[in-house]
Amino acid sequence: MSRAALDSLVAAFPQHILETTDRLGDEVAIVAPAGLLEIANWLRNSPELAFNMLSDVTAVDYLARNPRFEVVYQLYSVSKKHRLRLRVPVGAESPSLSSVTSVWLSANWAEREVWDMYGIRFEGHPDLRRVLMYEEFEGHPLRKDYPMQQSQPRMDLRRKERDAVEEYKTLYVDKLAQARKAEP
Amino acid sequence: MNRAIADALAAAPERGVQEDVMVLNMGPSHPAMHGTVRMVLTLDGETVIKCDPEIGYLHRGFEKQCENATWSQVFPYTDRLNYCSPLLNNFGYALAVEKMLGIKATDRCNYIRTILGEMARLADHFTSLGAGALELGAMSAFLYAVEARDHIWDLVEEVTGARLTVSFARIGGLKEDLPDNFAERWEATEPRLWDVIKKLDQLSTKNRIFMDRMMNTGVIGADEAVSLGFTGPVLRSTGVAYDIRKDSPYFAYDRVDFEVPVGTNGDNFDRYLVRLEEMKQSISIIRQCLKGLPGGPLNVDDPHIMLPPKELVYNSIEGMINHFKLIFEGIQVPAGEVYSYTEAANGELGFYIVSNGTGKPYKLRVRPPCFYFMGGIDRMIEGGMLSDIIPTFDTINMIGGEVDR
Repeated sequence: MSRAALDSLVAAFPQHILETTDRLGDEVAIVAPAGLLEIANWLRNSPELAFNMLSDVTAVDYLARNPRFEVVYQLYSVSKKHRLRLRVPVGAESPSLSSVTSVWLSANWAEREVWDMYGIRFEGHPDLRRVLMYEEFEGHPLRKDYPMQQSQPRMDLRRKERDAVEEYKTLYVDKLAQARKAEP
Repeated sequence: MNRAIADALAAAPERGVQEDVMVLNMGPSHPAMHGTVRMVLTLDGETVIKCDPEIGYLHRGFEKQCENATWSQVFPYTDRLNYCSPLLNNFGYALAVEKMLGIKATDRCNYIRTILGEMARLADHFTSLGAGALELGAMSAFLYAVEARDHIWDLVEEVTGARLTVSFARIGGLKEDLPDNFAERWEATEPRLWDVIKKLDQLSTKNRIFMDRMMNTGVIGADEAVSLGFTGPVLRSTGVAYDIRKDSPYFAYDRVDFEVPVGTNGDNFDRYLVRLEEMKQSISIIRQCLKGLPGGPLNVDDPHIMLPPKELVYNSIEGMINHFKLIFEGIQVPAGEVYSYTEAANGELGFYIVSNGTGKPYKLRVRPPCFYFMGGIDRMIEGGMLSDIIPTFDTINMIGGEVDR
């Protein structure tokens, strides 16, 4: 069943699909970074495929390879019960990729974790903060060139954290009040 | 932030100082946050208008450690992922590596894995329901549930030698067979479990306080839950019958008969009911498996994967070399990548593994079900009352070891 999904993906986007494999029963498409968002939208919304769940996002650091990183998306369709994996190569120089948070909500935290662990930026992510490590952490621990025994400097006490009240006011209340005043 | 609430607040007349919103720091050292999660809440009175969950307090570098361990040395780490049901994590990981190696476990092994896995699921659900009831003030329900869990752990101890850190699975099989009297022991335990399930049902399901706290709190819709990557009882409570045991059966799940309970409202009460019903199904699965338990070998017969028996190790040079190679160099897994998924107690537990053809994983990613619950919990909490956080956080059954890895 997912073989059919892979075939229709290749037929729809021949210019963005770099390679496909189906080893061990897992259908995989290697996608060019430029086509990711378009393909994600299509996979989500196409009625025959209906990949409505993004099970997981992770990355792999192939240190010696060029491009160095690969971001991996595991897709599942709850209604059609088929799976597909997308792999997107990302270069080592200030790695970044377009975010799929607009397509699947689960990408929000999953992409935060990839940023945290591998330092890959996701353009268009609404809130790209570290999720497992603390903000002051230096480096990205799951990169292959991050030593296993690396220690981090002790950090000072934080003076002031994010002020959620201020944030709430500037983001929502003030803006809404202004918008209301501007109304005739 | 819920747009509708923000709109309503902004439209309200001038607010005095006492009526202003406040920030409450809930956790990480808060008994209801299970010790490992911090929530930065913005409150308007007792209504939560913004929730920012913060995880990572139990992070111990699971994936980094696994990249520096042989394939078999990963098992003890997986015990500590979901520490309420370590057997399920063990089996999930073993299945992933077996998929990579292209081998199939024997029939007997599959049945035993199903039995032990369902026992772990029972223990997990007992913990979840009991602790959930406790945090709503029902101490006695908790004590009954923990007693039942203890009965299961006694059995687990008899089989594996440990109650929690079991490390019982092996790639291609199991550490040991079931003890001879296992079926009789189960016969003795089963009525006690039924008894506790019945008691839990009587104590909670029609309890007015319990119902008021659970019904229509922490609501999530089906489409939203799917998009957020929710799986397991939380997704099934919204009416989506996604259960990997049914949809892509593994172990012996295609040879047993069981139902997948689903809810309708996606609220805390439905999640509670789904778990309660799943426990009954688990008991029925165990009974069917014990009835149909096939004989034959337990482990795959392949010296490249399974350790030789101890007599050969101590008495023959070939056995000793075999043992030495497997322990020091590890099982040689062919290069490639695989994503394997099983239904753990909280939902889809996935392992994405990349091998470069050596004895250690090049990359080992765990897809913990709870991580995605935490990513979407703000949608279940915002707009509700502060006190609704407690049952919501309980029924998603977040496990710190799994979320933070």
